[in-house]
Amino acid sequence: MFTYSIKELAHALAAGKISSQELTQLYLDRIAALDPKLNSFITVTAEHALAQAKAADKKLSTGEAGPLTGIPMAHKDIFCTNGIKTSCASKMLDNFIAPYDATVVSKLNDAGMVMLGKTNMDEFAMGSSNENSFYGNVKNPWNIDYVPGGSSGGSAAAVAARLAPMATATDTGGSIRQPAALCGISGLKPTYGRVSRWGMIAFASSLDQGGIMAQTAEDIALVMNAMAGHDEKDSTSIDLPVPDYTTKLQDSLKGLKIGLPKEYFEGLDPKMAELIHTAAKALEAQGATLQEISLPNVKHSLPVYYVIAPAECSANLARYDGVRYGHRCDNPKDLLDLYQRSRAEGFGAEVKRRILVGTYVLSAGYYDAYYLQAQKVRRLIANDFHAAFEKVDMILGPVTPNAAFKSGEKAQDPVSMYLSDIYTLATNLVGSPGLSIPAGFIDGLPVGLQLIGKHFDEARLLNVAHQYQQITDWHKQMPSI
Amino acid sequence: MSFDIPKVAYLARIAMSEEEIAAVKPKLENVMAMIDDLVKIDTTNVAPLASPLEQYQTLREDVVTETDQHVTYQKLAPKVAADLYLVPQVIE
Repeated sequence: MFTYSIKELAHALAAGKISSQELTQLYLDRIAALDPKLNSFITVTAEHALAQAKAADKKLSTGEAGPLTGIPMAHKDIFCTNGIKTSCASKMLDNFIAPYDATVVSKLNDAGMVMLGKTNMDEFAMGSSNENSFYGNVKNPWNIDYVPGGSSGGSAAAVAARLAPMATATDTGGSIRQPAALCGISGLKPTYGRVSRWGMIAFASSLDQGGIMAQTAEDIALVMNAMAGHDEKDSTSIDLPVPDYTTKLQDSLKGLKIGLPKEYFEGLDPKMAELIHTAAKALEAQGATLQEISLPNVKHSLPVYYVIAPAECSANLARYDGVRYGHRCDNPKDLLDLYQRSRAEGFGAEVKRRILVGTYVLSAGYYDAYYLQAQKVRRLIANDFHAAFEKVDMILGPVTPNAAFKSGEKAQDPVSMYLSDIYTLATNLVGSPGLSIPAGFIDGLPVGLQLIGKHFDEARLLNVAHQYQQITDWHKQMPSI
Repeated sequence: MSFDIPKVAYLARIAMSEEEIAAVKPKLENVMAMIDDLVKIDTTNVAPLASPLEQYQTLREDVVTETDQHVTYQKLAPKVAADLYLVPQVIE
């Protein structure tokens, strides 16, 4: 039953074929048996999960259950969970027991979901390989010598290995879509502002967005119904009605216009290009029309992102000062020493590098040249996407340049690591929703197809992905670990 | 690269040894070389884009909604006395 989708599990629960407590124990047993190989969880909350499952079983027996009641899941360890360690995979927060639930956590609790635990990630969501965690690397379940991607590598590995049918994740520059692609699962980064950021530990506030990883687009639609929506506690949350994301899943693709940006295919690995073109042709056969488009400024995404994200990170992470919560150094000789040593000891190498870059580009004399200039080029990139969406309904391309790489392969050169996200960064810069779905294998490792939509057009992306998943079975493949 | 690492590390309040500075220097140089391409792009008459949806920050009603939770929050603090966060002596 661990291979079931959420929809299939919900049917099994509703039909009384299994109880939520039995289902939860099944996943807890899988985590205990298999996660030592993967390291995808930082904290397993077995007691909490079984208590939630017991409450879910009561609702299931009294007819009060919703579509997600009793379904186990995992939260990326970036979402605050009341009374439970929330570390963001950092030594800085190793001792942090969150005093409240993130809105995402509250919403999924209210929907009756059962939290199995908190998943591993790159420290403060900074990384593309899950090699930057205080709690050790996460392994790709398809081949444990390879990275699972990042920063939501724990969530991706857990869902791919069927240790949970679904996990939350966050995406600042590709951190949902890239690991989803490298682990062979489906992952949605919603439109900026669609899902509340309250209680989601901040990295880069104009880019961060919470989302979902699951086996299928249909499962993502089911969870989006519970997770999306306005939150007055997040001032960037958008006050727009939330559609039922499942109603459009069956829509025909006839008349759908899909744009393929030529810039995403120039120099692309031929094996990857072939798989992406094959997927595009499959959608064409279902009634969509394909056309080449151009996003001439998208080539600037990497430098724009690596100015804006570190700048916002340096401001957001200034709060970790060793005074109110988090790591504090021993025997500080004065206040400056307290700040400097607490931060030096609490942050890992990649986080420090990004804070340094961000501090530099915001410092006197460089603000205009770097930060303001990056924001201007960000508008040029956004203008390209807005112009493209005048011609097409959505954009299709690869998620990553290649399949997963070996652990340690890119550890010494940050820029080569940053290039893993070359096709995902722009989506965050323009705030669009982006979806990664499994599209095949290269040398035995999964790769993903990316669909990018207009703002708030998640339902259409999920419709296209669902239709693709009716005629392919890439999303049903699972690693043998 | 005009990146004065000790100065920036001081601004960021991160202690760094000579060895750490030497180790991080080539990595930061690579990052800055990539970022430096930005400066050459013509952005005449282009307004900066600070937030993707360009929405205004919403304001709530000016009423008290928070309750006093200092006991809960201060349980997380490394050092507290008399309901105050303790830091090393600042004033001689």
